[in-house]
Amino acid sequence: MLSCTAPVHQPRSLAEALAQRAVHPFATVLAGGTDVMVYLEGGALKPTAFLDLWRVDELRGISTSGGVTRIGALATWTDVASYAALPAALRDCARTVGAAQIQNRGTVGGNIVNASPAGDSLPMWLVLDASFELRSWRGTRKVPAAEFWLAYKRTALAPDELLTAVIVPTVTGEVRYRKVGTRLAQAISKVVLGLRVSFAEGRVSEARVAYGSVGPVPARASAVEGRLVGHPLTEANIDAAVAALDIHPLDDIRSTADYRNEVARRVLRAELIAL
Amino acid sequence: MPFQFSVNGRARSVDAPPMARLLDVLREDLRFTGSKEGCGEGECGACTVLIDGLAVNSCLVPVIQVQGAEVVTVEGLADDGRLSALQEAFVRCGAAQCGICTPGFLVTAHALLQKNPHPTRDEARDALSGNLCRCTGYQKIIDAVTGAIVGEDRC
Repeated sequence: MLSCTAPVHQPRSLAEALAQRAVHPFATVLAGGTDVMVYLEGGALKPTAFLDLWRVDELRGISTSGGVTRIGALATWTDVASYAALPAALRDCARTVGAAQIQNRGTVGGNIVNASPAGDSLPMWLVLDASFELRSWRGTRKVPAAEFWLAYKRTALAPDELLTAVIVPTVTGEVRYRKVGTRLAQAISKVVLGLRVSFAEGRVSEARVAYGSVGPVPARASAVEGRLVGHPLTEANIDAAVAALDIHPLDDIRSTADYRNEVARRVLRAELIAL
Repeated sequence: MPFQFSVNGRARSVDAPPMARLLDVLREDLRFTGSKEGCGEGECGACTVLIDGLAVNSCLVPVIQVQGAEVVTVEGLADDGRLSALQEAFVRCGAAQCGICTPGFLVTAHALLQKNPHPTRDEARDALSGNLCRCTGYQKIIDAVTGAIVGEDRC
């Protein structure tokens, strides 16, 4: 039984949420609860207060206009999985988050702000050139995904800011997603790969390769991207690109550095060969 | 703080701390003890209930977030003491062994059948992948769920 008596602030509008965040910058932000409740139960979180965003309807929903898709921070993984205008690989990713019960409750914003190195979706925002809309009572700014995760569990969010939406532009190319965990469902990832490759005249014109779970923050593998661009996707070029991968994963409770190094290369190679 | 929501179609009011887990409120305050606690961290699905029609882990939902919602627990699946087709199929197929996972499987499978009355075995496995059976009696559960509506289970 959970006996947490910290006060819970529950704004009913975005304006109210931003005003409350300004006054309660240290309150634990609560969205779908699928991470926060686990930390609370495990005693890993001793909050002084909560800011529960669940009633802020302005943060819900997914919409597309002018080729740009806007995913509200409270959109759930079930919402993402069923939104046909999003890349199929992102919808596949949504279906790997936990299982049905977690997908029905867990939010896109929570996954991003929680900033776990193993966050299932994080490499996808990097390969889709997504940016995050951060708002506070002071105003709104857009931060590219590549500049959001600063260090282990540290983000670019200012203490008075909330993540309000993810902005996904229309991108070219083939998009792929691979998650490797102990089993298909309910697994915390050992390696996550996001991949996007565009071609022009038989050569790779643009490449995005990003990994999760193999470093303190999700990150692009720029050496691999650099080795892919300008070349046809032959087996020799794929092998050279895979050889350029420079990651430094750790041993932890879920896997070993050796396993992650090996699997990160194998899934990249397999996905490139399959393109 | 008082919270109002419905459980199995009947309005309820509960005085609980806002971060109390829906699971505890259901079991301890309202005495709906059908929902079970397995892992308490969203891994096992034994505490699955429906909130506004969606299957969720009630161990991960603070009661403040169910204010005004419609909650359905395993107790809400039978109609006036008459088991649902799904529950009948569980009985017929021997889909319950020790039984602790059964309420969660039933609620999750109920949500699946509302959306997709005739799931394939793979669809059923996928939909139920957030529910663990410690007796590992998965085949009979899948038998029951895939045959529940038309009574065509293999049992």
